[in-house]
Amino acid sequence: MSGVVQVTGELIATRRAGAYHHLTFVAPGLAEHAKPGQFVALAVGGDTSSNLLRRCFSIHKVSPSGTYGGTVDVVISPVGPGTEWLSGLRAHDEVDIVGPLGRAFPLPKEPVPCVLVGGGYGSAPLFWLAEALRERGCHVELVLGAATESKLFGVVEARRQADGVSVTTDDGSAGTRGWVSDVLPEVITRTGAAVVYGCGPMGMLKSITDVAAAHGAVAQVAVEESMACGVGVCMTCVMPVTGNDGVTRMVRSCVEGPVFRGDRVRWDAFDDGVCRVPADALGAPNVGGH
Amino acid sequence: MAVDMSVDLGGASLPSPMMTASGCAANGRELARFFDIRELGAFVTKSVMADPRSGRGTPRMAETPSGMLNSIGLQGPGISAFIDKDLAWLHQAGARTLVSIAGNTSGEFAVVAARLRESAAFGSVVGVEVNISCPNVANRGLVFACDPLASAKVVALVREQLPRNIPIFAKLTPDVTDIVSIAQAAVKAGADGLTMINTLLGMVIDTDRLRPQVAGVTGGLSGPAVRPVAVRAVWQVKSAMREGRLPTVPIIGVGGVRTGRDALELVAAGASAVQVGTATFNDPSAPVRVGRELENLLQDKGFGCLKDAVGIAHERMA
Repeated sequence: MSGVVQVTGELIATRRAGAYHHLTFVAPGLAEHAKPGQFVALAVGGDTSSNLLRRCFSIHKVSPSGTYGGTVDVVISPVGPGTEWLSGLRAHDEVDIVGPLGRAFPLPKEPVPCVLVGGGYGSAPLFWLAEALRERGCHVELVLGAATESKLFGVVEARRQADGVSVTTDDGSAGTRGWVSDVLPEVITRTGAAVVYGCGPMGMLKSITDVAAAHGAVAQVAVEESMACGVGVCMTCVMPVTGNDGVTRMVRSCVEGPVFRGDRVRWDAFDDGVCRVPADALGAPNVGGH
Repeated sequence: MAVDMSVDLGGASLPSPMMTASGCAANGRELARFFDIRELGAFVTKSVMADPRSGRGTPRMAETPSGMLNSIGLQGPGISAFIDKDLAWLHQAGARTLVSIAGNTSGEFAVVAARLRESAAFGSVVGVEVNISCPNVANRGLVFACDPLASAKVVALVREQLPRNIPIFAKLTPDVTDIVSIAQAAVKAGADGLTMINTLLGMVIDTDRLRPQVAGVTGGLSGPAVRPVAVRAVWQVKSAMREGRLPTVPIIGVGGVRTGRDALELVAAGASAVQVGTATFNDPSAPVRVGRELENLLQDKGFGCLKDAVGIAHERMA
């Protein structure tokens, strides 16, 4: 929980990347403490903005000592008023940034083969993770999937930073036609992967967890729950996760996550954009709700 | 010269009027990463009930113009774990704590208050806020604070459980026909002060799916959008006190405060202390930043102490 800073970040680079925008901010004191899988919470719209809630993005990469001081990169998908405001920023504009937040991807102690799976721009933190894993001697393969080619992120970077890359699109516009879960079994089997890391939509993370379990691998997934604050005070980003004691609790994905062991997440509670409280969760409502 | 920002809230002497708002600050550790929580007049904890409570499913929130709708459902650890982990932490951190308590029944409020009184860290408690107005309960808007008799019963039961030197504050909802009658009932039953306002019952429809956006269907509306409602509620109750329709007790103003200017509105309407809630989600340093801004504003306007500004707008009717 330590090492978090709140800083005014100056935007020094913004560019389109397919359907997304890739932003680089100077963020003094933030880059030095960040690890792959952590995220930042950005205020949007300026001091008098009517959009009060923070927008949270996984960190794409950090450079602790660049020409401008420490920098942090994020990838955003402009789909609402906050992300559209961010995508319209120009160089030297300022944004209030809080980070690094949340728990990072745990790294294996041994140099075991790993597969990293990203859905859409969920791939953003995986390249940095791949670098950290390869520094430890791990064989690293990436699987990138999206609805269509323009919604893939980082295919070129992936080829540079991984030992192998597989691409899938729902419409077949790039790579294999289908889902990441269609190609994942072959990649795990071929590489003998011990760990599968994932970042992307809930449905994809569930299927990664299932495939990993079926092949004897551990899944570590970074969730994308909507958050209002990112720092653990609003209680909106909760999800049911089973702890070491076997008890399911509604835990905050911003402080206990965003990375969870896939087999600890109660995927059975998620359906059609809603997550129910499992009946066996600690303090679950009685019939009639609470 | 610095402005004297100290306040006396029903016997609790605090060096600052600034507080977190219940449910917008968790229980201390999270915001302690951003500022020294001892700078606050008091840290207000998330409402705690007798037993652990999961809260509702998700989605739990929707962003609204200058605000948000939340439907958390009083998630919490229960009073035992709260005392052992959260209150103990606040105590060792040196925080002055205003503990918010809630219950499904009036009896549950009393049980929670009794457990609190017996706790080892009770020395850090400067007061108890009685949350009789959370809209995120099974019976939705039909909260205790919609009914004078129900409000009075809860307040009286809690008052019996706590020593006289621990002031209790009844937290009221603005979702009533006449907030003054609720305030009268709460004070008559033993409330040493009033906290106004809780969130307003609201609802948002997800227009992609054409269904309620939050899993709890309805939720509590908060943020700068509701600030004029808070100012109005504080004004009405303070007016009634000035007219002698209820005893004068301190008011803690809360609702949509984002800047020192916003806090000054509530103070001028009659609030002796100010809580910062939803703005904390936007700026985790907001509770202390607003305090500094308020102090600067008071100094600019020539006030030597905060107390002189409390309710001043009642004397300056246009």
